[in-house]
Amino acid sequence: MAELIIPALLETIYMVFFSTVFSLVLGFPLGVLLVITEKNGIWEKKQLNRILNGIINVLRSFPFIILMILLFPLSRLIVGKTIGTTAAIVPLAIAAAPFVARVIESSLKEIDKGVIESSLAMGCTVSQIIFKVLIPESLPSLILGITTTIINLIGYSAMAGAIGGGGLGDVAIRYGLYRFQTDVMVIAVAVIIVLVQGIQFIGNILSNNINRK
Amino acid sequence: MIRIENLSKSFFDENNTVKALKNINLQINKGEIFGIIGLSGAGKSTLIRCLNRLEEPTEGSIYIQGEDITKFDKNRLRDLRKDIGMIFQHFNLFSQKTVYKNIAFPLELEGLPRDQIEKRVDTLLEYVELKDKKYSYPSQLSGGQKQRVAIARALANNPKILLSDEGTSALDPKTTKSILELLRSTRDRFGITIVLITHQMEVIKDICDRVAIMEDGEIIEVNTVEELFKHPKTKTAYEFISRIKSDITEEIIEPNSFKGTVIRLGYSGENAKMPVVSRMIKEFDIEANILSGDINRLLKTSVGHLILELQGKDEEIQKAIKFLIDNNVKVEVM
Repeated sequence: MAELIIPALLETIYMVFFSTVFSLVLGFPLGVLLVITEKNGIWEKKQLNRILNGIINVLRSFPFIILMILLFPLSRLIVGKTIGTTAAIVPLAIAAAPFVARVIESSLKEIDKGVIESSLAMGCTVSQIIFKVLIPESLPSLILGITTTIINLIGYSAMAGAIGGGGLGDVAIRYGLYRFQTDVMVIAVAVIIVLVQGIQFIGNILSNNINRK
Repeated sequence: MIRIENLSKSFFDENNTVKALKNINLQINKGEIFGIIGLSGAGKSTLIRCLNRLEEPTEGSIYIQGEDITKFDKNRLRDLRKDIGMIFQHFNLFSQKTVYKNIAFPLELEGLPRDQIEKRVDTLLEYVELKDKKYSYPSQLSGGQKQRVAIARALANNPKILLSDEGTSALDPKTTKSILELLRSTRDRFGITIVLITHQMEVIKDICDRVAIMEDGEIIEVNTVEELFKHPKTKTAYEFISRIKSDITEEIIEPNSFKGTVIRLGYSGENAKMPVVSRMIKEFDIEANILSGDINRLLKTSVGHLILELQGKDEEIQKAIKFLIDNNVKVEVM
């Protein structure tokens, strides 16, 4: 049993870790852009804002499994193959990026408009507001948002098993479902539960500890 | 110091235009505490925001130290803003930064070396009497303390002008007094020009030198605070003053419910300290019944009013009233 579960767990962690990193790289700037370009934002660009919103909504509408198949060519281009744990990171990151953008957007929007106004009154540039005000002030909320993203990606990564991505979800389906090894399925799911609980726990503690509000 | 010429500001919606400011002309002198009072929606908030262009004026010019700031490009505007401190009703401190980091913020924007920042922040903390709160977070402070931090932050760059957007409106009366005291000493010590907006006449009375009254996007009266209390020119001004008085005179006097003649005496300046009423009673054959009254201490003089019921013969009453008028008391038969 252990020789099944442990490599699968490592694969899941590997997929989730890198897809989280890449989805943040893609989604974080998008979320910031959404906030600053909106009406009365600090860098108001209505047209750009409308386009970004459109793209994000379209990407989020795709069922993940379809998105994965559509992104096969991109996976091949980036990692050289369409099947395997590494190949799964590409669609995972891209599927999660618009979600990340929304999570970041809603965290940044929690900041009191007055705080931004007073920063402007002190002579801040747009980038100073982003890096010295928006991000530090919303950090506790951002951490919770990233926690949610990681947990979402654990769920997605289980589906990634369907295209040979491996991981705990894959084990649960192949052994538990197809080969009627219920015990394997139960343990795989239990490990996922522990993983999700643990990450949420760490996220909550981190967020609470740094929050000074 | 600040000269506003023909300033207008309109907000455009899809189908309607709201004129928030209509042809404002105003001159604010160096080193004065200038108050702008009006009800909510009068446009005072828009006006003060035009002074550092948090709101962009639609028309007109604003000269600060002789330069038209409405023509400034982004870079010059940023430099201007560093020369104008601003405080707000809800303090607008950074909740995730310590008191120290809040006050250091504008200095860090300037890229000052760390030891210089620390020295400056310590001086400011001492000035606003919050030395012991250096490493506290805003959530651990009271409202008054938060506004003190905000004032220290606004003063960090040694600005020439300080704007206060309802800076005391969220505070209780006692804390308001102490913040106003701090603002006044800031002007006295640093010669800074203070422009404040408020809907509280108490604030105007306590620290302002001059005041503008706003209504529907227009300035309807500009006056020294002393003159405003003595001789308000507009009805709105009068209402603001009487509101402050009605804090003390809760009851409304109904002249018809008294037998005698009800008169309202307005005092100002020196005669507030003279025993005019007592002399009147001695000199004429009348009885005086005090119905209500108050005296407000302004910066330099005191003004007040007294409502009396006079009983006696009509001609004696007329003589008494003439006596009061001769003694520079404003008399109004109610």
